[in-house]
Amino acid sequence: MSSETSLSALAAQLAAKQISSRELTRQYLDRIAALNPSLNAFITVDAEKTLLEAAAADALIAAGQAGPLTGVPIAHKDIFCTDGWLTTCGSKMLHNFVAPYDAHVIERFKAAGMPSLGKTNMDEFAMGSSNETSYFGAVKNPWNPAYVPGGSSGGAAACVAARMAPAATGTDTGGSIRQPAALCGITGLKPTYGLVSRYGMIAFASSLDQAGPMAPSAEDCALLLNVMTGFDPKDSTSLEREKEDYTRDLDKPLAGLRVGLPKEFFAEGLNNEVAAAVDAAVAELKRLGATTVDISLANSQLAIPVYYVLAPAEASSNLSRFDGVRYGYRAPDYTDLNDMYAKTRAQGFGAEVKRRIMIGAYVLSHGYYDAYYLQAQKIRRLIADDFNAAFRVCDVILGPTAPGTAFKLGEKSDDPVEMYLNDLYTIPANLAGLPGMSLPCGFDSQGLPIGLQLVGNYFSEAKMLNVAHQYQRATDWHARQPEGLK
Amino acid sequence: MKWETVIGLEVHTQLATRSKIFSGSSTAFGSAPNTQASAVDIALPGVLPVLNRGAVECAIKFGLAIGASLNRINVFDRKNYFYPDLPKGYQISQLAKPIVEGGALKIVVDGEEKTVNLTRAHLEEDAGKSLHEDFHGMTGIDLNRAGTPLLEIVSEPEMRSSAEAVAYARALHTLVTWIGICDGNMQEGSFRVDANVSVRPVGQAEFGTRREIKNLNSFRFLQQAIDYEVRWQIETLEDGGRVTQATVLFDPDSGETRMMRSKEEAHDYRYFPDPDLLPVKLDEDWIDKVRATLPELPAAMQARFQSDYGVSAYDAAVLTGSRALADYFEAAAKACGQGKLAANWVMGELSAALNKAELDIAQSPVSAAQLGALIARIQDGTLSGKLAKQVFEGLWEGAGEVDAIIEARGLKQMSDSGELEKMVDDVLAANPKSVEEFRSGKEKAFNALVGQVMKASRGKANPAQVNELLKAKLQ
Repeated sequence: MSSETSLSALAAQLAAKQISSRELTRQYLDRIAALNPSLNAFITVDAEKTLLEAAAADALIAAGQAGPLTGVPIAHKDIFCTDGWLTTCGSKMLHNFVAPYDAHVIERFKAAGMPSLGKTNMDEFAMGSSNETSYFGAVKNPWNPAYVPGGSSGGAAACVAARMAPAATGTDTGGSIRQPAALCGITGLKPTYGLVSRYGMIAFASSLDQAGPMAPSAEDCALLLNVMTGFDPKDSTSLEREKEDYTRDLDKPLAGLRVGLPKEFFAEGLNNEVAAAVDAAVAELKRLGATTVDISLANSQLAIPVYYVLAPAEASSNLSRFDGVRYGYRAPDYTDLNDMYAKTRAQGFGAEVKRRIMIGAYVLSHGYYDAYYLQAQKIRRLIADDFNAAFRVCDVILGPTAPGTAFKLGEKSDDPVEMYLNDLYTIPANLAGLPGMSLPCGFDSQGLPIGLQLVGNYFSEAKMLNVAHQYQRATDWHARQPEGLK
Repeated sequence: MKWETVIGLEVHTQLATRSKIFSGSSTAFGSAPNTQASAVDIALPGVLPVLNRGAVECAIKFGLAIGASLNRINVFDRKNYFYPDLPKGYQISQLAKPIVEGGALKIVVDGEEKTVNLTRAHLEEDAGKSLHEDFHGMTGIDLNRAGTPLLEIVSEPEMRSSAEAVAYARALHTLVTWIGICDGNMQEGSFRVDANVSVRPVGQAEFGTRREIKNLNSFRFLQQAIDYEVRWQIETLEDGGRVTQATVLFDPDSGETRMMRSKEEAHDYRYFPDPDLLPVKLDEDWIDKVRATLPELPAAMQARFQSDYGVSAYDAAVLTGSRALADYFEAAAKACGQGKLAANWVMGELSAALNKAELDIAQSPVSAAQLGALIARIQDGTLSGKLAKQVFEGLWEGAGEVDAIIEARGLKQMSDSGELEKMVDDVLAANPKSVEEFRSGKEKAFNALVGQVMKASRGKANPAQVNELLKAKLQ
């Protein structure tokens, strides 16, 4: 496989007709065929469908109607409904569900002429931080298959890290793009809430869910963001804004950039090696002309409890439609309607999903709503207020993406709370609706990647991508690939 | 012991929008099952609701029409429960902030006017239908109705008899059809009534325990159900029993209510604001635009009918029973310039004929212009009342316009007084006995003579004229 796999390089090769989309796509399909049995990054691969899409892209290129990324293949998280493809959301509940329509995000990538390489593995209904809750089995971290890739977009992160796809889509409710990006050593961005349509993206927690790009570099993410964003009248929370070019500021120098360092993100619980790598990244940014400012996001310390009230509350309702009546799994034997519901949902959902449905139903129930749900909403507002105050004194907030590097498969799967702590630094941006991204900034002593998180103000994606791109021009962490898979 | 009945109504009105409240599917009634159910309506994974502003405008219209206050910020909530015809597992509704709060309706019962206050009206989506027949031990689900916009209109518990409840329901039915937000078709479920009924000893301040009678789809059933329920509650209490809070169904065949579920079985709906929908702001501009589309309302029109056309309060109330009827009356009254006469014809001959033929005013074979022309011919003396009825029959049969029917059927009143005078003379000559009797003081004999003249003229004589001539001749 070509060593130059940046999207712009691949697009240039396609435009120059050095390679056809079919040839390029076939190379990736071959790599998927070789690596997926061990990494389990994909739930569904359908080479025939993919190559038809690649042929269509070649026709566009031949006709001179190619867009910037036409012919470059991409992998889609199995949370996006994809017309004619199995769309499982990592659950037994939808193990047999073939979507009859395309999610808005899928429509956009199709319109851009980007063939789909398949549907990537994920934590069941995006609930998890290790990809171990998938009905289709855990994904392995390409840097060390004994370790988790993070989650919930673990398949997406792993397939990009292993170069089974040049890029992938992900979704992020509490860190599901950024945390696996960090654990797999790639770049991932969660946009401002409302920038990317949620239509056709199977809902976990509607007020937090946001789709975004995952790829080796910030430049790749900027190109993908150009495709993904835009107003969609089918999503009432989609924002009506003028179209931006997210690559426009990539090459700006960082002189004068004010980087906010929240003391809460560098406190107890942070792994030393991660702290050191992040410190080194800060030093690099300073060298590039940035200054730092100490800030506080005091209420972010409440982010996890707030999140584990609000996200399950919304999820308990969002997942009610999976009842065995119209599609998906239905228990084979039942005595009456209630028994059908109970057995279908008992058998169709995994333990983590059931846990969150129960938490959600509890916090919304009569007599508890005020104490949990309303209280959590109030704190959510305070968390957003902290960020607003911080952005008066800095342009971008920087910290670690996750408290540690990848952990071993099975290591935390028996301790939900320990698992939830992995999203300590990523959840606040979701609660505030702010954009956040993770980019590689080093490796720990075991050779596992370390992620650096940037959180920007609303709609400051171009600024964050500028910072990340300048950092990536000065470093090569993002270009490293797992040794054994090269 | 003397008992007092307390009734509050919750009415689900289907709003007359072309498409559903959160999807673009058609709301038309009666299509093949699931042919009007889109991805959004069947709640496929990933789909999202988008609010139909038309439904909001219907609610604004209603709020303005009953003098209610409109919430400027509208939040939609999810009401969570499992049922096969509820595809999302929750219904999108409004709990804390209904779009309409307060307002009132006037009703008239036994000539007494009463004001019924409304608590609230909120927007929500309808569920689909479960079809229990034809599927041999299974249930069919039709989601055509799922997502049809509803305005749930809740009254205060201010009605004190089934008659008041029916009068309120009728007044509400008139209003929602009048302002065009609901087609009012009760058979098709466009206007469904739930009645909360309780009884208490007269003079007691606290309400008794209520039971809710669900889904009454005719005014007759509403009356029967409440009457039965009130009797049942009083008997239960007088027998030393207790009424417990419950939801009941009315069985029209037995005329009884029966328990559906008790309060203990009531759901915890786990309401919370729907994160898929942003709060809807009503600005003054929007409200003003909607206000401008409101027609003249029944109450205003009743007052105007009394002053403009001199009809009684009772007649004005009857004539504004529906907008179509009121429009018909006014067109007929304008065409002939005779308000009272037009009112009598519309409420008399025309209504009787429509009832007999089971037709709606909108389907009347006789147009308002035709009725007006007919009344004008009575007024100018061309037709007697009796002849006019024959002309009306001709109009009803579609025999042509008023004057053409009069001409063709020779129904013109005799205007040639010479001819009439000869007829009178002939009758007097042929009936010496009656003449004798009249002259000896028997007034009845006079009427017999009038009848003879009318008969001779085959009804075409002007009775007033005949009277006059006879009197002159007999003096």
